[in-house]
Amino acid sequence: MTVRASKLTRQRVRAAWVFLAPMLIVLALVAGWPLLSTFSYSFTDKTLTADSETRFVGVSNYVFYGPNLNDWDDELDGYFIVYEPDDALLVYRPDTDTFYDLDTDQPYADNVDRSQIFEWQGLLVDGLWWKSVWNTTAFAVISVALELILGMAVALILNANMPGRSVMRAAVLIPWAIPTIVSAQMWGWMLNDQYGVINEVFLGLGFIEDRLAYTANPLLALPSVIAVDVWKTTPFMSLLILAALQLLPGECYEAARVDGVHPIKVFVKITLPLIRPALMVAVIFRSLDALRIFDLIYVLTSNTRDTMSMSVYARQQLVDFQNVGYGSAASTTLFLIITSFTVVYIALGRVNFGGER
Amino acid sequence: MDYKTRKRLLTVAFYVMVAFIVIYTVFPFYWAVVSSLKAGAALFRVEFVPPDPAWDNYVSVFREQPFARNILNSVIVAFVTVILSLFLAVTAAYALGRVYFRGRGVLLFVVLGVSMFPQVAVLSGLYETIRFLGLYNSLWALILSYLIFTLPFTVWVLTTFMRELPKELEEAAIVDGASPWQTIVSVFMPLMGPALATTGLLAFIAAWNEFLFALTFTLTNDMRTVPVAIALISGASQFELPWGNIMAASVIVTVPLIVLVLIFQRKIVSGLTAGAVKG
Repeated sequence: MTVRASKLTRQRVRAAWVFLAPMLIVLALVAGWPLLSTFSYSFTDKTLTADSETRFVGVSNYVFYGPNLNDWDDELDGYFIVYEPDDALLVYRPDTDTFYDLDTDQPYADNVDRSQIFEWQGLLVDGLWWKSVWNTTAFAVISVALELILGMAVALILNANMPGRSVMRAAVLIPWAIPTIVSAQMWGWMLNDQYGVINEVFLGLGFIEDRLAYTANPLLALPSVIAVDVWKTTPFMSLLILAALQLLPGECYEAARVDGVHPIKVFVKITLPLIRPALMVAVIFRSLDALRIFDLIYVLTSNTRDTMSMSVYARQQLVDFQNVGYGSAASTTLFLIITSFTVVYIALGRVNFGGER
Repeated sequence: MDYKTRKRLLTVAFYVMVAFIVIYTVFPFYWAVVSSLKAGAALFRVEFVPPDPAWDNYVSVFREQPFARNILNSVIVAFVTVILSLFLAVTAAYALGRVYFRGRGVLLFVVLGVSMFPQVAVLSGLYETIRFLGLYNSLWALILSYLIFTLPFTVWVLTTFMRELPKELEEAAIVDGASPWQTIVSVFMPLMGPALATTGLLAFIAAWNEFLFALTFTLTNDMRTVPVAIALISGASQFELPWGNIMAASVIVTVPLIVLVLIFQRKIVSGLTAGAVKG
């Protein structure tokens, strides 16, 4: 009997691997291999232009102190430099760390003041990159916090026993069903500076004195993006919270009601701790989504510095500037930031979770 | 204030809040519908009910760009993506949910990890892969790249579903001498209808809405999907966006989605929570 069972088990395990193989191959092709290629491109000066040769540049895309990277010339096998103090044309070869005269190809006789030529370059010293990291972080923290609070409020209302609950649940699902691009365009039209309904209503109510350009004003652009994201994704949050609320045991509430405990105290002492695990999961899902935000920002405010997110930055380098190596360095850094955030969040979340028990 | 008035006031406040939330969630779409029905200069006047509704914007959105083609592209891409990922996921979910083998936990973890991927992280590698396969500016480029988010999601949800099915069903099939493949087809598939419908619908919506890959891996107007087409609609001049057309296009692609979501709302909610809460 045991022989038969083990033979059966072996047969099943073999079948399992056969069944898994197609999925694993597809995932390797669309996720694993592209991720590894992105990592490796980030150490090269690869571009999308067909005729240029790709060369290994180490960590230069991340941080580099030297002549302008764009002045590299394959034929000279070095950097082409116009040395202004002497009006000389020079070639700098990093392997020998020497300056050569362009015409004679002999080492340049005069002393070269390197501080005139060398500069810190690369992603990690790029102000725009750090600006986009800051924008993304601010966007993620504020929008997820607002979505959590609003989602909780909506979920508590949906959970209350009231007539017309199904109408409200349906209404709440509408923003979730609308594609992000469509919601970006809809809000872009509502927020339009000249003809937008929001300016019209705010003027009518006396909130503002002049029409505002919500998506173009540097101070208002990021808040506008956050407002649209909150509108779009609060439903998702509230549905997840609602699902958790509906699993709560009724007995504790019964007991609290009999004892005359204030509803707010009931919420803080009973409801919150019980739905905490579900909230943690909802927050990590939303945060990961927020940290990779691209479409909403790209459509609502395009490539402006005021709202540029890490994804918008990386895509601009990769596609618009055709700078595959540098863009891949941005992609890789974004990937590392998000991965380390996830690891820290899960680790800290677990510590707190264990401490409570 | 006696107890009764206080209670009545609270009820009123509660319903005011409910009304506010309903208006907040529904108004932007209502405004898109209203705007799409305003022709010419009426578009630029703020009126909450269009005085004389006109279909001009709906006609011109199809005339001024290949919008019908864009819709067809989106339908093809979303359907093929869903069918491929469901097919790959059912067999994988059987292996991950019903068979015990070494490395299963690691595999599930990898699948979950891929579903949380920032898509920009694979953009340049995927772009090269797609060009290498000769798929650039074709619908296959999108179908292939969309599997990166639909496949892990469907595998994950179907695995949790399979795991909860009673063991006896499968044992009966084994006693009858059925092979694993026969077990999947004749025992599990009939039970999985609802789960397949839910995950399929959610994967369909995800594929229908995707923007970054569609923007990057297609080049010409007639290969674009709906979100890219709507994002890139431009007017006669560079500074004048045809908002009427944009709103009409938005309404056209959103109405079917809203209808689907409202019909399947219970299933969608349970599918989302299966994907998220249990994950």
